[in-house]
Amino acid sequence: MTNQVHSGSNRISGAGRLTPAKTVRFTFDGQSLTGLEGDTLASALLANGIHLVGRSFKYHRPRGILSAGSEEPNALVDIERDKSRKQPNVRATVQEIYDGLKVKSQNRWPSLTFDVGAINDVFSPMLPAGFYYKTFMWPKFAWKTIYEPKIRAAAGLGVVPGEPDTDRYSNRFAHCDVLVVGAGAAGLAAALSAAATGATVILCDEQPEVGGALRYESDVTIDGAPGYEWATATIARLRAMDNVTVLTRTTAFGYYAQNFVGLAERISDHLSTPAAEMPRERLWQIRAKKVVLATGAIERHMVFANNDRPGVMLASAARMFLNHYGVAIGRKVGVYTANDSAYAAAIDLKRAGIDVPIIVDTRDNPKSAIVEEARSLGIEVLPGHAVFSAGGKRRVSSMLIKPNRGGSERKVAVDAVIVSAGWTPSVHLFSQSRGKVAWDAANERFLPGTYAQDCLSVGACNGTDGLQDVINEAIAAGGSSAEQAGFAGKGTPVSLTATGSASWIGGMIGSAAGAGPDTTVKAFVDFQNDVTAKDVRLAVREGMHSIEHVKRFTTNGMATDQGKTSNLHGLAIAAEALNKPIPAVGLTTFRAPFTPVTFGTIVNHARHDLFDPTRRTPMHAWHAAQGAAFEDVGQWKRAWYYPQAGEDMHAAVNRECVAVRTEAGIFDASTLGKIEVVGPDAAKFLELLYTNPWEKLGVGRLRYGIMLREDGFIYDDGVVGRLAEDRFHVTTTTGGAPRVMNHMEDYLQTEFPHLDVWLTSTTEQWGVIAVQGPRSREIIAPLVEGIDMSNEAMPHMSVREGKICGVPTRLFRMSFTGETGYEINVPADYGQAVWEAIYERGKPLGLTPYGTEAMHILRAEKGYIIVGQDTDGTVTPQDAGLTWAIGKNKTDYVGIRGLLRRDLVTPGRKQLVGLKTVDPKVVLEEGAQIVANPNQPVPMTMIGHVTSSYWSENCGRSIALALVIDGTKRLGETLYVPMPNGVIEVEVTGTVFFDEKGERLNG
Amino acid sequence: MLLIKCPYCEDERPELEFRNAGEAHLVRANPIVDQSDDDFAAFLYFRQNPKGLQFERWRHIHGCGRFFNAVRDSVSDKFLTVYKAGEPKPNVEQLVTRGTTPAEAVVESPAPRTPRTKKAEA
Repeated sequence: MTNQVHSGSNRISGAGRLTPAKTVRFTFDGQSLTGLEGDTLASALLANGIHLVGRSFKYHRPRGILSAGSEEPNALVDIERDKSRKQPNVRATVQEIYDGLKVKSQNRWPSLTFDVGAINDVFSPMLPAGFYYKTFMWPKFAWKTIYEPKIRAAAGLGVVPGEPDTDRYSNRFAHCDVLVVGAGAAGLAAALSAAATGATVILCDEQPEVGGALRYESDVTIDGAPGYEWATATIARLRAMDNVTVLTRTTAFGYYAQNFVGLAERISDHLSTPAAEMPRERLWQIRAKKVVLATGAIERHMVFANNDRPGVMLASAARMFLNHYGVAIGRKVGVYTANDSAYAAAIDLKRAGIDVPIIVDTRDNPKSAIVEEARSLGIEVLPGHAVFSAGGKRRVSSMLIKPNRGGSERKVAVDAVIVSAGWTPSVHLFSQSRGKVAWDAANERFLPGTYAQDCLSVGACNGTDGLQDVINEAIAAGGSSAEQAGFAGKGTPVSLTATGSASWIGGMIGSAAGAGPDTTVKAFVDFQNDVTAKDVRLAVREGMHSIEHVKRFTTNGMATDQGKTSNLHGLAIAAEALNKPIPAVGLTTFRAPFTPVTFGTIVNHARHDLFDPTRRTPMHAWHAAQGAAFEDVGQWKRAWYYPQAGEDMHAAVNRECVAVRTEAGIFDASTLGKIEVVGPDAAKFLELLYTNPWEKLGVGRLRYGIMLREDGFIYDDGVVGRLAEDRFHVTTTTGGAPRVMNHMEDYLQTEFPHLDVWLTSTTEQWGVIAVQGPRSREIIAPLVEGIDMSNEAMPHMSVREGKICGVPTRLFRMSFTGETGYEINVPADYGQAVWEAIYERGKPLGLTPYGTEAMHILRAEKGYIIVGQDTDGTVTPQDAGLTWAIGKNKTDYVGIRGLLRRDLVTPGRKQLVGLKTVDPKVVLEEGAQIVANPNQPVPMTMIGHVTSSYWSENCGRSIALALVIDGTKRLGETLYVPMPNGVIEVEVTGTVFFDEKGERLNG
Repeated sequence: MLLIKCPYCEDERPELEFRNAGEAHLVRANPIVDQSDDDFAAFLYFRQNPKGLQFERWRHIHGCGRFFNAVRDSVSDKFLTVYKAGEPKPNVEQLVTRGTTPAEAVVESPAPRTPRTKKAEA
């Protein structure tokens, strides 16, 4: 009696395998309950006499526990450790209880027993399958604002947590010779056989204990021991072997190409107080030479009216609760079956002292020893009958029975009903592996047919019947897998003798007699999505003739359980309504994951700082110390502007822009892509990759280059310096560096492999310090050694090698501001030291650090384009006003033919122009559309768009660049930019707004 | 995730190390400026995208960095063979009859050049 007091009134003394002394306290909807260590939430609730666990998705019907495994569609609950560690839709049949476990039921208000939403059940005639496609169509706006929010609030199951997940997740890659999925009799035998050869074996099972069906089968022996004892002894043996990894609580959820299998291991969800460093779950990504699938079979429920009442349960589940957990699911249990396996459950219950008044069998004349055994125990067996309805509301109270061929009805009072329509082989992973299933007409089931990968199915998932046959098949599969993985003739072959039957044959699919075509009652096919037999028939009447359409119209099999118990029933009902054979209607595709996998497991470490690498320049710490605001440019952090006390962004940027043009500015250009192009054919190679001519570029000279794609559109740009006859220092845009490198490698390796050229990415090898402005030379010259920096010796667009601050440098004289300026390349490790030295020297002379925002404005004042901002992959050099950069005498370069395409030479293309707003204070919005006539009716004819737009403090007005149809012919024209607040008048201008003659470059 | 054999590294590596680079054996005309509009359009835009065996380019970008060619079944995703850039198209019929896994597939004598042959012949 002690264990009854401590762990629930339905715990049967002496039954099950849990230890009565080890009690665990938990709460369900605030009610304090006690279970035993090793209980699942389902077994603990049932031990306490609780069947009502949740409310259904659509009709809010009371729901109980259907199964004892991961196929559970009904008993979904909310588990909360704390505010951030809250998990909805947890299957009570999978969750193990621990001290302090807090469980809440879902989809009910105000309480589980009294749920206002249950009104949906009353109005259900208005909510047939697909109702949302047909009703709520008017008025149009109401769907988004009224109907959908209301329906969403009323339907659904769990509620997502409101705070970020604070749990940790881990990740492991593994290789093995043989992966065995499922540790039931078949999986254990296969693993034993493979491991005996010395092959590396990984064996996984989703349950906390191994054994599979051996956990409830009461009358089988293997190797002379009762089934479950053999299983525990075998797993201990396997765990002790160095070449075997056993993973329990581990679901093989996805089977991908070339035997790549994803496993989710639950590490701490069953622990009361997991250690802080312990991950919650671990993702295993396994590449196996061979895979053995021993995934078993899943029992189906019977389809009849009110078959969803709490207390209606699969026969195998009742047996599991009794034989493994020592829990009686009721005191008076009725049985409704279409095969033999429910008899075994009835017999176990009866022997445990439970009243089993009747077995209703749809078969007219069931003949087997087990039927007689049931009769001999005093159970009434009623063949040729159907249960046409279940009585009761929050718990089943009776079963209503009638003969299959009509006749008088009968009512039997019960407090639980166990059902079995037969077994569905679990071919999910086989199907995910792209194997093709085959229809076994004799036994009405889909079995593995054509294999697509190196795997084998054994046991119940392969339709193999009889324990000895299952074990023989598994031993053979484990052995041959190891052999093919390179372990032929190694180890001692395994052989095992088994007694007792394990049968997966027989039963029915579709709706049973009581849920016939004319009924309007709710005979559930899919519990989790509230799909009934008549919904499936309605779908067929509405013209859904493919199972894929039926599935989507009714949502049958689309819930989180993916129709593990419902798919075959739905298929059979549809086939019957269509009057077609089942294989002709087809089976829907199984997809990963087998059971739901948490986002945490998939996302794993890729969160926060580890989501994406952050790239920082060598001078980053200096910018941060100056209080710079940063902007993200791809993975780079770039100094955006340097606000001083009391300055907003606008004031800071204006100050920086003015300083560059009056004194000098210092800018971190280290993020520019840099590629070293070296070799005897380096110039020839650049001739082919850029529009410009390179052969005649003198050593020590720079040139602005444009790179096209084969289609003639601008791909990238940048300044290229010739350091020697055979050596070029190429720069690319910040964002374009990797793809330009890839583009160059592609052409070098595959189009122009005859060229002797070597490419090396040097982006991160150089720190680049731009010093720009009238005083730039004055500032840096004293720091430079070995270079004559006079205007004559080192003019604009030249490069010299020497030293700065004692550090080797490639000193570029170039400008992206229109001012006299330098870009100083130094080895990255010296970047910050050189930067600081220059700043120290320049500060008294007015040297001002400027960020990317000022850089953008300064270049726009000069009409210098930014690839990707002023171009968009449809802009040619001609469109961008860069015709001068195309080598006139060249016979080949990437894009030369593309530029000759008809559409690229026809008038009417968009060309880059400047725009000045008539009101100089108005700054246009980038991306705004441009029209010629603002008074035309909507939709207007748009002739272009703004690509760059800024306030220019140096010009004392706003400036903009835009792509406009025939833009260069419109200089001086007035165009219009219609905006929500009114039309903005603009004048078309050239693209240079400051120092049009470019004299400042040569200062 | 696929395992792909790099013909330069001569080893199977996970797909993560590679990047697909589109259809193989496209010919960039020489001289390309003289190419007709139709031929250039075919070169620039039109791709086979077959259901079944396709010739495609891959780059072992996070490995040796080399571009190479492969024959892959677009239905099963299986690689029949891989070969270095510049090597001739393998004889697909022989590949199919001799085995479907890369290990079994053997590149036989060079196939005659077809009008749309390799992208990378030295």
